[in-house]
Amino acid sequence: MSNSTAQAPGRAVRPAPPTSGDPGRGRPGRGLRRRGRTAERRAVRGLISPHTLNTARGRTVYWIVLVTVVVVFTAVFVFPLYWMVTSALKSPEEIAQIPPSLFPDTIDFGVYEEAWEQLDLGLFLRNTVVYAAGAWLFTLAVDVSAAYALSKLRPVLGKAVLAMMLSTLMIPPMVILLPAYLTVKDLPILGWNLLNTPWAIWLPAAANGFFIFLLKRFFDSIPRELIEAAEMDGATPARILWSIVLPVSRPILGVVSILAVVNVWKDFVWPLLVQPDTDNMPISVGISSLSAQMPQNVLMAALVIASVPAIVVFLFFQRSIMAGLTAGSLKG
Amino acid sequence: MTTMSVREPRGSRWRNREAVRRAVRRNLTAYGFLCGALICFAFFSWYPMVREFLLSFQKTNFVGPPEWVGLDNFRTVMEDSAFAPAWINTALFTVLALVAGYAVPFVIALVLNELRHAKAYLRFVVYLPVMLPPAVAVLLFKWFYDPGPGLFNQILDLVHLPGLSWLDSTSTALISLVIVSTWMNLGTGTLIYLAALQSIPGELYEAAELDGAGLLRRVWHVTIPQTRLILLVMLLLQIVATMQVFIEPYLLTGGGPENATVTVAYLMYQYAFSFGNFGGGGALGLMLMIVLMVFSAVYLRVSRDDQN
Repeated sequence: MSNSTAQAPGRAVRPAPPTSGDPGRGRPGRGLRRRGRTAERRAVRGLISPHTLNTARGRTVYWIVLVTVVVVFTAVFVFPLYWMVTSALKSPEEIAQIPPSLFPDTIDFGVYEEAWEQLDLGLFLRNTVVYAAGAWLFTLAVDVSAAYALSKLRPVLGKAVLAMMLSTLMIPPMVILLPAYLTVKDLPILGWNLLNTPWAIWLPAAANGFFIFLLKRFFDSIPRELIEAAEMDGATPARILWSIVLPVSRPILGVVSILAVVNVWKDFVWPLLVQPDTDNMPISVGISSLSAQMPQNVLMAALVIASVPAIVVFLFFQRSIMAGLTAGSLKG
Repeated sequence: MTTMSVREPRGSRWRNREAVRRAVRRNLTAYGFLCGALICFAFFSWYPMVREFLLSFQKTNFVGPPEWVGLDNFRTVMEDSAFAPAWINTALFTVLALVAGYAVPFVIALVLNELRHAKAYLRFVVYLPVMLPPAVAVLLFKWFYDPGPGLFNQILDLVHLPGLSWLDSTSTALISLVIVSTWMNLGTGTLIYLAALQSIPGELYEAAELDGAGLLRRVWHVTIPQTRLILLVMLLLQIVATMQVFIEPYLLTGGGPENATVTVAYLMYQYAFSFGNFGGGGALGLMLMIVLMVFSAVYLRVSRDDQN
């Protein structure tokens, strides 16, 4: 499943701890956006009182801790990335040299070019973009309309359908990996083989109980009067979804979109199984399948190229991503 | 059905029929909206769940229809010499990953919550590895683990410690896997705890301090009780997530050396795609599912209790 690696937290962007006293819960529109700031303001008093922090000793300790934390974090989380970027600038001799050089002797971007061409990274990146974009479209189309139906149209057996969709959240993705693969290989009834087609990634990505849960909970909080007024005016359900529900749901749509794209981008096991042809592989599967035959510096360059999109997305959508992390509040 | 009762039909036959027609139309529309999701779930979630059970009791060759073999698959798998190591490694990996990946993020979050500067930077940096595709992070660490010019041995050399053989030795291979896994997942827990810490009312700390509670006692008597549920939920979710470990052994060691890093999920993959024995893989999957379902059930209980 496309969400397999990204399923649970501790592993990736995923559920769902309850944030007690969550100020944005149940209020559409502003809730998600406001949360960050409110939380910030409320933390005026943490473990240490402001008074202690203002004493001379308190201030010294504070600055020592601050500097230590910044240095350690930079060393642990940023330095490996620095090492990756600079290793890719080194020549094969320099990268194998002991002790290694902290700065590359010459800045030569040729290795990046070499990686791009030798590995056909352009193709891998294009595949990844196609998978992510398609999965995003399908996820939104399928999950938004399903959540809307369950929340506002409330059909017979709606509750049972929702329960069955949410029950999939309790199934660890790894344990249905093999049956899911066999299903995609030979779709029951229809007998289609979806291996090596983008459908094998797009469609399973849309079957995401967590997204349906998030969207339904948000739609539930849209005031009924808004919908009823539109119904009086003779608007069809599709029209109501499009011009009333969707515009007020922008925050949650943002969160779901980001999560959907990131899930596909990060996923490894599922595309490894369902895209066995090198020409169809997304970038992380492609690089790892070719990694054994590559010189070290070329591999590092390929890894840098594969991480740049993720880091750029993170820079731009940091707020939505972090909101998504705590958005689950509670599932189940 | 609640919408129906709002517009109660008032007796007359014509109205009644109109109400029924409206309800039918509403249901049809609703299922029209639902059909995409129903198809996706049916094919890619619900059916595979059922198929997982069938798979583990069948012999699947791709020529003829699958054949029922009872418990044969389970027997085959359990007789495999990698079976016991796979479970031991998975358990060990989970425990080690918890020691590092559970307590450390909490401590980091505690510290971050007290800082007034560089917060945005620290939050960004701690989450950066989570954003990288896991395959990238794992391949990057594979290079760090290189016994020759790899980063880790060079750092050890710098402080005059002997180098390790990391992935190539049975004693350090599993730990090496835990290190990568922790590095790339630490950010999630940290940010979730941070959000939880920010919702603790400052008055509680103030009251504790007035009562003369020192720093550690404030953590113990205020912070931990206030975040107890999140701590519990994260513990369960993390157990479930780490027990499915696959990508680390797949990309770093291939289960070796001498089965030192073979995990249940990896063995399951091997059964299906290296030995072509989907039944054996299915049996392993089912066993893993049963173990994980226990934790999932506890998680469900805990989050329900929280709701009440």
